[in-house]
Formats: sequence, C-alpha cells, structure tokens
Amino acid sequence: MGFYLAVKEVWRNRGRFVLISLVIALITTLVLFIAALAEGLADSNREYLSKVDAELFVFQKDVDNLIATSRIGRSKINDVRRVEGVKDVGAIGFATGSLILPDGRQPVNVSLIGVEPNSPGMPPVLTGRTINTLKGNEAVVEERFLTRFGVKVGDDITIKTIQGTKEKFFSIRVVGSTDGQQYQFSPAMFMPFKTWDQIRPQAQKTNTAGELTSNVLAVRLKNPEDKAAMAQNIQNQVDGIEVIDKQATIDAVPGYKVQQSTLNTQQFFTLLIGVLVIGGFFQIQLLQKIPLIGVLKAIGSSNTTIAISVIAQIIMVTTFGVFLGSAVTLLLSVVLPAGIPIVFNGSSVFLAILALLAIGPIGGLVSVRVAIGVEPLIALGLSS
Amino acid sequence: MSAILEAKSVSKIYKNGASEVKAVDSASFQIHPGEFVGLVGPSGSGKTTMLAMLAALLVPTHGDVLIDGINLRDMDEKERVKFRRNRIGFTFQSNNLVPFLTVRENVELMLRLNNLYDQDSRKKVDELLERLGLCERKNSLPNQLSGGQKQRVSIARSLIHDPSVVLADEPTASLDSQRAFQVTRLYADLIHEQKKAGIMVTHDLRMCEFVDKIIQISDGKIVSIIDDRETIKAMISCG
Repeated sequence: MGFYLAVKEVWRNRGRFVLISLVIALITTLVLFIAALAEGLADSNREYLSKVDAELFVFQKDVDNLIATSRIGRSKINDVRRVEGVKDVGAIGFATGSLILPDGRQPVNVSLIGVEPNSPGMPPVLTGRTINTLKGNEAVVEERFLTRFGVKVGDDITIKTIQGTKEKFFSIRVVGSTDGQQYQFSPAMFMPFKTWDQIRPQAQKTNTAGELTSNVLAVRLKNPEDKAAMAQNIQNQVDGIEVIDKQATIDAVPGYKVQQSTLNTQQFFTLLIGVLVIGGFFQIQLLQKIPLIGVLKAIGSSNTTIAISVIAQIIMVTTFGVFLGSAVTLLLSVVLPAGIPIVFNGSSVFLAILALLAIGPIGGLVSVRVAIGVEPLIALGLSS
Repeated sequence: MSAILEAKSVSKIYKNGASEVKAVDSASFQIHPGEFVGLVGPSGSGKTTMLAMLAALLVPTHGDVLIDGINLRDMDEKERVKFRRNRIGFTFQSNNLVPFLTVRENVELMLRLNNLYDQDSRKKVDELLERLGLCERKNSLPNQLSGGQKQRVSIARSLIHDPSVVLADEPTASLDSQRAFQVTRLYADLIHEQKKAGIMVTHDLRMCEFVDKIIQISDGKIVSIIDDRETIKAMISCG
C-alpha cells in the first residue's frame, strides 16, 4: 500500500520529482568524476609501482623511503639475494628525460626506468621483444608511446637529458611495448640498467669506475605471504637498508597520499552535500504533507504504510537520479580528451554508486521520523 | 434493536500543569443502525473531542466507548488503527482527499487499506460514484473538483468499505448553503439506506434538517438529546 501511494504521488508530480532527480544526477556526475580523477591521478603516480612483480622494495637507510633520494649499490643485490626466502632481486633506477617528437611537436617528459632483464622490475612485453642485455640502446615502451605519440616497435626515438650543464641527445630503438606503466605522471620507457645509467640526467659525468647504483631493489619472495617477516629479516641481515612492502612504497611517493586524501575529502563533502540536499527536499515536501498524513492516519493507514511510502519515494527518486548521472558520466568519459587523468575503475565506481544510492535513504531518514510522528488527531484540528 | 455505538459516561480531561480542563464531561448516548445524529454546539463546546473519542483517535479519561459491542479502551494503538480502518468511515472538514489520487482511486483507497481490493471493486466503486453523481469525474484529480464534489467523494470513501460507523466533522463548513444541504441530504440518505450509525459534528443547526437525533453539547456536557422530528424542526427554525 505504501509503495502504491509512493508510485502514484511520484507519477502525478513527476515534474517536481524529476527536478530533484536532476540535482541527484548532477551530484552523481560530480562524485563519479572525482572518484575517476582520484583513480586517474593515483594511477598516473603509481601505475608502474603497483604492477611491479615483487612483494618488497629495498631502500637506502634513513631516506624516508623516497625513491629519488635512495641509492643502493650493486653489491647489496647479492647480499639481499642470499637471504633465505628471497626468490629474485632486481635493481631499478628512476630518472626523467624528454622525448623529442618529430614534426616540431613539443618534447614530452617521460620516465626513464632502468631495469635488469628477466628480473623483478621488468614489465611483461606485449608486442616485440623484451630487453635482454644490461647494455644497449634499446627500450621497451609503454602503450601510451604507441597511442599518444605515434611511436611504433622498431622505431628509433630520441631522448634528451641534461648532463652537467649540457643537453645530450640519445637515440634509442624501441624493441617492444608493454601495457600502461606510468610513473609520476609520465609515460615510462624501460631500458637496460647500464644504458639508463649513461642516459639519466647527472650533475656531472660519473666516474665509470665507481659502483653502479640504483634507486631501489625489487624483491620477489618464495612465499609472498611472509612479506612482513621477510622485510624484517632482510633488514636485519643486510646493513644500511630499509625494506618496505609495495603499498608503503606507493604511499611514500611524494604527494601521493596528500593528493588522495584531498580528493577523498572532496568526494566525502560532495556526498555530504547530497545527503543534505536530498534530506532538505524531502523534509520540505513532508512538512507540506503533514495535514494529508494526518488524514491518512485517521482513516487507518499504519505507520509502516506511511514510512514505506516516504522511503519508496526517496529510493525511486535517488535511483533515477543516480542512473541518470551515471549515464551522463559514461557519455562524458567517452568524449573527454585522452590526456585527462580520469580512470573509471570498476570497484571505485561501484562503491561511489553504492554510496550515492545510500545518501537518499540516509538524507530522508529525518522525513520518515517526522512522518511517523504525525498525529492522526490533526485531521480533526486537534493535538494530544 | 441493539446500539451500534454507545458512549458510557465518557469524559476527557486535558491537563496543563496544575490546571485541568474538562473538554467532555460524563457524556452518555446510544446510536442505532440507520440513525443519523447531529452533534451540535458552539465552538469549544467539546464536539470535536467527543468525535475523536468515538473515532478511536483519543482515549477517554473516564468512561467507555463501545462500537459493535467492542470497548475501544481494551485496544492498544495498533489495534485502534486497524479498528478505524475496518469499522469507521470518515469525512473531514478539509484536506479530505489525497491530492495525487483520482476520484476513483481516493474511494478505492479504503478498500486497498483493508486488503479488500479485488476485481469486483472497480464496479462497486463506480456504482457508488454514480449514486453520488460523480461518475463523469471519476478520473479527475481533487484539484479539478468543486467543494461539493470533493465532499461527495469523501462521503463515498467513508462508506465504500462497509463500516459500522460513519463520522463527519463539519462536512459542510466550506460549502455554500445550497451545496451544504445537498451534501447533508445525500449523507443522511446513504446512512439510512445502508443502516450505518452516522454522526455529524456541526455548529450550524440548519444542517440538522435531515438528522434523526440532535445531541446538544455545551461546555463539554450533553445538555439535551432530541429525537422528536417536530422539536428538531422547531429548533432549526429558531436557529
């Protein structure tokens, strides 16, 4: 009966209810875009790190787990590899360079990542071949090089870095491609470790006789579930290092946590505004209906009937608004330029939609409470 | 013939801090099947409070109200709600109809609330609407009706579920004299035909032309119960 009343009221006043659904649709679009932006920005920052086939990362001690600051000498690789329970270790070096594009287009910042062949840190190759030496002017590039910059496997590309005070240009052959592997908002290319060491920007030319250093070591374990104990174990057995897991490594990327908490706060407040807007609308509407509710109760409608009627209306209006907003967001996501860091991740969109569907009933709880409290006596102009 | 509705020494006392107000004071009367009663008195005399107690909306402070032999005092709130739904038909002064339901749906509402709505219901509703001259307005919304039409829909709603008692609170207050007489006459005819116990609260004695009994109430007390047609007519003509 409550549902019957709700459907009739919504249908006969559809103009008014569609308006509030449109407000909900706008809130939905905003929330989904913020969620997608949070995911996109997070992805741009951490995509490579989150995909590395390793459970632990080794940093230099006392550098606050900052990748750019950490320096690990090659001798530590063998020390870490000797720890019982370690399956494999790979050195990874991070730097930034500029991809010189033909046709006078603006150079693009790219992440230069030095890796060792067949070691943790080297991503799987989708087309072409992987790199198989520590040296050689060749690289595996991520898919954005192909889609965004028009680079093809087999092409020679030019990378510019600053060595000392001078610009240096390096020709690198693309031998393969991998999936999305952004790091710190730049598309990544993977090159043999020694090549990377020569190309990376440096204040002055390094002494080639010195020990080769990477920023971190990626450690794959025989038993991945033991990572907490193994981190401690490696740290105890090898001097001058600090070992953390993948999530801690991502969290330590400069700005990552601050950025995510800012976007999460925005999302929370948008949802809160949604609760207040929906709550306010239904509250105003209910206050106008108090005499009618009094009559309905006087003629024998139960509190359950009245509550179901109010809740059903809220759910109908909210559901329509959320699906309308989701459809608009989906359409917008198709037409948005590829450069905007927006990623519609299934689970985060699903959670955002669930939260949006919940805000209607939450916002309307006060209205339900008020409706239940209406006295049937007001139908006769009396009050208890 | 046994009474459908019986009030036995019914009192209602409102407490406001230390002071007490007796809205209804030891009222007793009976209403039999097919009897249409006018409950009359000036504003503040206790008519509406009396009606609220007869309608199971208020519990008397003292005394008992019995409908079909059932003492309303013995019921809890849930049972009272169900009792109102099953055994009582209401017509109010205003805000009577559900604005987003058509005339037919407003009348059907009582059948739906009582889980009595079935395939024959539409025919039953249409017959009653025809009897009340509303057949052509059955698909109209309340805001498309005149005041008299709204009250006739309300009367149809109060009778459709075959209640024992029908109660009306100033049903003609918002109507002009001509329409008010039409509505009251129709109401009286249906109560007589369907053998209901009907009570109409009014402060306008002219509307008692079609009632069988007048209960006059003043300061919460019943001052007279008149069931003689000649006396009723004389009262009405004196105003």
